[in-house]
Amino acid sequence: MEAIILQILNGLDKGSAYALIALGLTLIFGTLGVVNFAHGALFMIGAFCAVTLSRILTLSHTVIDETKVDFLGNPLKVDVPYVYDWFGQATGDAIIDWAVPLAILFSIPVMLFVGYAMERGLIKHFYKRPHADQILVTFGLAIVLQEVIKYFYGANPIPTPAPQAFAGSFDFGAMLGFDPNTIIYPYWRLVYFAFAAIIIGGVFAFLQFTTFGMVVRAGMADRETVGLLGINIDKRFTIMFGIAAAVAGLAGVMYAPINSPNYHMGMDFLVLSFVVVVVGGMGSLPGAVAAGFLLGILESFASMGAVLEVLPGLNQIIIYLVAIIILLTRPRGLMGRKGVMED
Amino acid sequence: MFGLDNKDFKLFMIVVGLTMLAPFILNPFPEGSGLAQFNAGYPDLMQRFVIFGIFAIGFNILFGLTGYLSFGHAAFLGIGSYGAMWTMKLITLNVIPAILVGVFFAGLFAIAVGYISLRRSGIYFSILTLAFAQMSYALAYSVLTPITGGETGLQIKPTDRPILSSLEDGEIGRASLFGMDMRASFELEVGSWLFTFNSGYYIAAVVMLIAFYLSIRIFRSPFGMMLRAVKSNQQRMNYTGLNSKPYTLAAFVISGMYAGLAGGLMVAMDTQVGPERMFWTASGEVVLMTILGGAGTLIGPVLGAGMIKYMENIISKINSNILHEWFYWMPDGMEDFVIAIIYPFIGKGWHLTLGIIFMLVVIFLPGGLVEGGQRIRKLFSKKASTGGDDKATQSTPAE
Repeated sequence: MEAIILQILNGLDKGSAYALIALGLTLIFGTLGVVNFAHGALFMIGAFCAVTLSRILTLSHTVIDETKVDFLGNPLKVDVPYVYDWFGQATGDAIIDWAVPLAILFSIPVMLFVGYAMERGLIKHFYKRPHADQILVTFGLAIVLQEVIKYFYGANPIPTPAPQAFAGSFDFGAMLGFDPNTIIYPYWRLVYFAFAAIIIGGVFAFLQFTTFGMVVRAGMADRETVGLLGINIDKRFTIMFGIAAAVAGLAGVMYAPINSPNYHMGMDFLVLSFVVVVVGGMGSLPGAVAAGFLLGILESFASMGAVLEVLPGLNQIIIYLVAIIILLTRPRGLMGRKGVMED
Repeated sequence: MFGLDNKDFKLFMIVVGLTMLAPFILNPFPEGSGLAQFNAGYPDLMQRFVIFGIFAIGFNILFGLTGYLSFGHAAFLGIGSYGAMWTMKLITLNVIPAILVGVFFAGLFAIAVGYISLRRSGIYFSILTLAFAQMSYALAYSVLTPITGGETGLQIKPTDRPILSSLEDGEIGRASLFGMDMRASFELEVGSWLFTFNSGYYIAAVVMLIAFYLSIRIFRSPFGMMLRAVKSNQQRMNYTGLNSKPYTLAAFVISGMYAGLAGGLMVAMDTQVGPERMFWTASGEVVLMTILGGAGTLIGPVLGAGMIKYMENIISKINSNILHEWFYWMPDGMEDFVIAIIYPFIGKGWHLTLGIIFMLVVIFLPGGLVEGGQRIRKLFSKKASTGGDDKATQSTPAE
């Protein structure tokens, strides 16, 4: 029992990341009908937003500190971040510590802009072209974005810690009445899961309860009719692309402490998130979310020691295996709608 | 001639000329001059040109003709490599059986993958092939370690004693073709030029010419026509009562066998193989090659493969010192400025250039470099009005 709960919990953070990326991908399929291979790159840009913000916050200038002296008695030079000057040392430290959550605010406008620019500058011209062309051009874009990040940030992973308040783990098992120390779970992963749940809920609520969302849903069902009603559906779809980019970016920001951002993380997640989307069913938002969590949890079950003893290597192929089985038995995925991406 | 019509024969002869004279053509600059770093006429790189050429030709038979975009072709390359490697380790050091075994296993695997993946089309097909390839990669990397050597891969060890090769004690086996060492080279010095003729390269080049010839025949055959029909409208084709499945499966298996051939040759040239050869980015690379050169054209994939391998090996070597040498004549500030602009695009950043070129090609030149060449030629040719149907390079056969 403990083991099962532990594996479910372990699967949640990866599952959350899959679900968020797949949600964004599905928003783009569903609205614009575009296969966006650059979506992983958007996730990566989000993670590097966190890196950038923490670098901005730790920008320092050198001052001579009279209180500290080296062994010759000369005063030492120390680096003082600018935030110390503005907010004082205690507040400054706290701000630097909270760089990752703060990066959420910083990344939303950035990601909305990136998404907007991408749609207007590139994707717009590919609506009428075959899906293969869309895959190819966004694949090229993903390579370019990846290389730009590599140029500016280097090829090594950049550790981006979570705030001190969320460091460490807590004894989840004890809360549920199991023996202490059987189910231990890092705080940040829980935060990530909660965050993902909020974002997913927010997107669904936005689509369900706002007029904008209603129009977009109508447009997803029948674009032409909505256009004929005199609604500028293209503009709304562009905004949806921005939102999808922002969802991917936020997923990336919060993922930074779990796995240090590196320049190829986008590509690593991209393949998996496509598999997730296909398993969930193209064009189905609940499907994408459900499949994301399902596959994340399955992956973590498959990496249990007991399972690996019987079927070694299962943890690395489980997702693909499930995808192949599902695609062959349920061609539209778990919750796929008819007529989406079927040529 | 050879069952080719005039234009195809001319194209084939050009390719024969280019591959046979490659040591001259790729070495245009004298040794020791500043431009010698652009020489690509060394055996390693020339072999890679033709091997990836084969890979791309095979990929083009599937993608260029049927429009099925496979994102998992590197798996066949890897399986061909492992098959060839084990043949060399166990049976004989002769490369021909090794390559044939590689092709055979790649073909078998392609039948299995193709049979399943081809049930779906479009993006589903791409994802299925990707899933199979990633699975093979993961298995080769971890579980199948006894067969694949896991992370470290395989190479010929001093303890390997292939049963058909007579090796002396302690002698390390080397790949050969009936006693001719693959690494044997003949160097010709003319003035300050140095031309290297490598036996491995010529063997690979001959194999590529055969592969190229076969692909022309496939393109021009009724079978090729059927595949184009699949690309233009599969549904309509099925409605006429034709079952397109055997044709697409055949195309898939053929292109998988080409990939296996490339993999087997890779092992024959450089006796080692590792799982990273099967990673999905390697599949992406062959997609880039084919699109860059021109999918659906005969010569395009070979050009694309050559261009990418050239960039990977030559452009990536240029560093800032070399740039400073080039622009030393500029005023200091301007020199630094120009170098700062160029630097991200070369050297280690060559992928950026590749990505940008690729995007430009997809956006503006759907027919790839071949179409670009055609457009330029049309621009300059006086009889632009007469030139319309250019069969030899046929950029958009069926849309």
